[in-house]
Amino acid sequence: MSRTCPLLTVQPSRGLVDEKFVITVKHLPPKQEVTLYSLHECENGNFWEAFGHYVSDPQGAVSGTDDASVGGTYEGIEPMGLLWSMRPVPGSKPGLRLRKKNVQTPVVVQIFVYMGHLNQGFREQVALACSPVERWYMAPGVQRVDVTDPLVRGTLFLPPGPGPFSAILEIGGAGGGMVEYRSAILASHGFVSMTLEYHSAETVKADIHLLYFEKAFRILQEHPLVASECVALLGLSYGCYISLYMAVHSEVAKPRCCVCIGGSHVKSTKTAFAPPWEFFKQNMSKMHIDKENCVIWKDTLLPISSDLDTKLDVRKIKCPLLLVNGLDDQGLPAAESAEDMHMMMEKAGNSHLLTVLSYPETGHLIEPPYSPHCRASILFLDSSLYMMMLWGGQSKPHADAQEQSWRKILEFLQQHLYYGKDSAPLSRL
Amino acid sequence: MSRIRPLLTVQPCRGLVDEKFQISVKYLPPKQEVTLHSLLQSEDNNYWEAFGYYVSDAKGAVKVAEDASVGGTYEGIEAMGLLWSMRPEPGSKPGLRLRKENVESPVVVQISVYKGHLSQGFRKQVALACSTVERWYMAPGVQRVDVTDPEVRGTLFLPPGPGPFPAVLDIWGGSGGLVEYRSALLASHGFASMTLEYMPYEGRKSDVNMAYFEKAFGFLQEHFLVDSKSVALLGLSFGCNVCLSMAVYSEVVQPKCCVCISGTHLYPVKSSTLSVLKELEKQTHKIHVDEKNRTIMKGILLPVPTDPNLKTEVGKIKCPLLFIIGLDDENWPVAESMEDMQKMMEEAGNSHLLTALSYPGAGHLIEIPYTPHCRTSRYISPQHGKKMTLLWGGRTKPHADAQEHSWGEIIEFLQKHLYSGMDPEPLSRM
Repeated sequence: MSRTCPLLTVQPSRGLVDEKFVITVKHLPPKQEVTLYSLHECENGNFWEAFGHYVSDPQGAVSGTDDASVGGTYEGIEPMGLLWSMRPVPGSKPGLRLRKKNVQTPVVVQIFVYMGHLNQGFREQVALACSPVERWYMAPGVQRVDVTDPLVRGTLFLPPGPGPFSAILEIGGAGGGMVEYRSAILASHGFVSMTLEYHSAETVKADIHLLYFEKAFRILQEHPLVASECVALLGLSYGCYISLYMAVHSEVAKPRCCVCIGGSHVKSTKTAFAPPWEFFKQNMSKMHIDKENCVIWKDTLLPISSDLDTKLDVRKIKCPLLLVNGLDDQGLPAAESAEDMHMMMEKAGNSHLLTVLSYPETGHLIEPPYSPHCRASILFLDSSLYMMMLWGGQSKPHADAQEQSWRKILEFLQQHLYYGKDSAPLSRL
Repeated sequence: MSRIRPLLTVQPCRGLVDEKFQISVKYLPPKQEVTLHSLLQSEDNNYWEAFGYYVSDAKGAVKVAEDASVGGTYEGIEAMGLLWSMRPEPGSKPGLRLRKENVESPVVVQISVYKGHLSQGFRKQVALACSTVERWYMAPGVQRVDVTDPEVRGTLFLPPGPGPFPAVLDIWGGSGGLVEYRSALLASHGFASMTLEYMPYEGRKSDVNMAYFEKAFGFLQEHFLVDSKSVALLGLSFGCNVCLSMAVYSEVVQPKCCVCISGTHLYPVKSSTLSVLKELEKQTHKIHVDEKNRTIMKGILLPVPTDPNLKTEVGKIKCPLLFIIGLDDENWPVAESMEDMQKMMEEAGNSHLLTALSYPGAGHLIEIPYTPHCRTSRYISPQHGKKMTLLWGGRTKPHADAQEHSWGEIIEFLQKHLYSGMDPEPLSRM
């Protein structure tokens, strides 16, 4: 071999999952067609990939940040396209969703540069160069702690430092289980964050009680590193209903502020507070199935009635509330619910507490930035029963929504958890 | 009213040791005096620290990259001051030097913000906030390989990827041992880099001669992941004697380019290193020990000899040469010998190959950026086990600047000369 390989660099090579990186290639021949390719093997053993087509400049360089991709899984100037446009490699099982389970290790993505504009068969080719990049949910010094209360199943993430910190109770969706990654990255931003498991494939039919969530809230409030008056609620999907329920009804858990992503205030079960199993069982007759055999769940909660008995009385909310929703959400009528909540709160005079962020062509699963967009995936109702759910959204607008909403969510949390009502910093030193 | 603490962030929280970071503090009261403090525990269990004094702005924020430190171990706008101005905690043993031995783990630094302008007793105070930052010598995917050739002792660091890579033979100086961190970092920049162990020490009977270095160079050149036409030499201190001698006298070694840091062209290594060291020993009467018991070695090579046998014939060098010196070097007479070297090359007509960088205020140990400046340290001579305190020289701020600037120049120089020229023809493998 008489010629050295091109130099491919990714900076930072070890970043947090929500940090941008800069990919550059140097020492290519000038005006050379190349493909930038990313490959990730997830914890389930499935492979995910993305690629962009570039042409090197007269100096033989390609910049992922400044140059436009002219084809591939993303187009245009997209510094993070190799992450957010990832999809399962051809031949994978349908309905996959990429979610990190073990947050104490990084997501490792291999970045390659290939000669020519390729669309397939990457693994049979020899790349010109490659470089792995690590993406971390946990910043150095963040601690992961199992919650050892006999009644509450949760995981706590603590930032480094003497505290006290403000805190977030994260309540997930109907998929159940223990989902840690969002709390892990929130702790990397300086919040104590606890993610709660309130049902799983094994406990799916068991009732859920407000007391469970109030207990979790109190555990967080009373933690020695937490400033008890600065605890927020963050709900995802069905978890939004639970968070709003607490904000409206709980005498015990008084959140300082509340964030709801992709959720609804509509009551759709006979009892006001029901487990996701009941939520599905009692509404199944109203669901739609599309041409591709995917379940569209959102219509089961539509239309939204004006009857106050059919929804949570958000007029009673006393804390700032941020609603984040996708206008193409097929899982829940989040956008319609946000509109209805706004109307209710305006009439009651507390709409100054409400901020609504609605993103066009964005689906139900609004995740941390640069996570691949998931338009449809398998949802297990119990250990054997599952549905292929249509979540909605188009890759590029959904990716933009994830990036923008995450920034706004962090700003909202910092504003309300670090500042008092008069916008002066809370700390008294 | 709440007791919420301020928020301290460092970005990136995991970086390479030569990458810059941004430290900022938010949610302080406005116009608050604070101290930013860094702390690390070295592998030999010593504590190193640095600190800077700041005042938060009207919004209660401090940004280290934009605000000036008004006191501490560094002053002014110094984004990386909390690293390069580190020194051992008060009460530490004298003569310490901070060098990472295990390069497969990161350097972990604790950054904290304290109320007020403090100059000591940090570990007894409660900080307002803190953050942990990792600094890595090895990028993800870089492989560390023990060189198990019976005739060559070293460690090879390989970048990730199919190669072939440009390569560097990394030769340290008189302290001896096997020092890995610079090669690890070079591999993180895309060079296959091999660091060599060669200095004789008590217990090692065999001497090392030119054939050893030629063997090492050949080993690197012939490695299946290395582009054999793109191998450079990099030397520090006595390692420069070796590099220059190889470049001039070896019939076998043809480096593509050569980098010399804190070296001289005096006392070539034509045959054995031991014989050169023995020659140097004849001059030990010229070593000066100052009033603080610090050994100043540079006299050993002064005045610059006129005997041509005592100088490497740099007029015969055929490859580009980057020569880096600190003008406050107390260990070797780098400035005087540089002058002599330039004259020799001008007379021979090859001075266009030479790029000379001299840094005022920099000492002998021109190391990786943002690593603490070492002005003196305890030194044990490899041959005799004699203990002394060596004065390396340099003042902290200019030395830190020299480390940062020179490293950038080194990487650029290596990239310029080791990557094949750009022709429009496609790469040979395609």
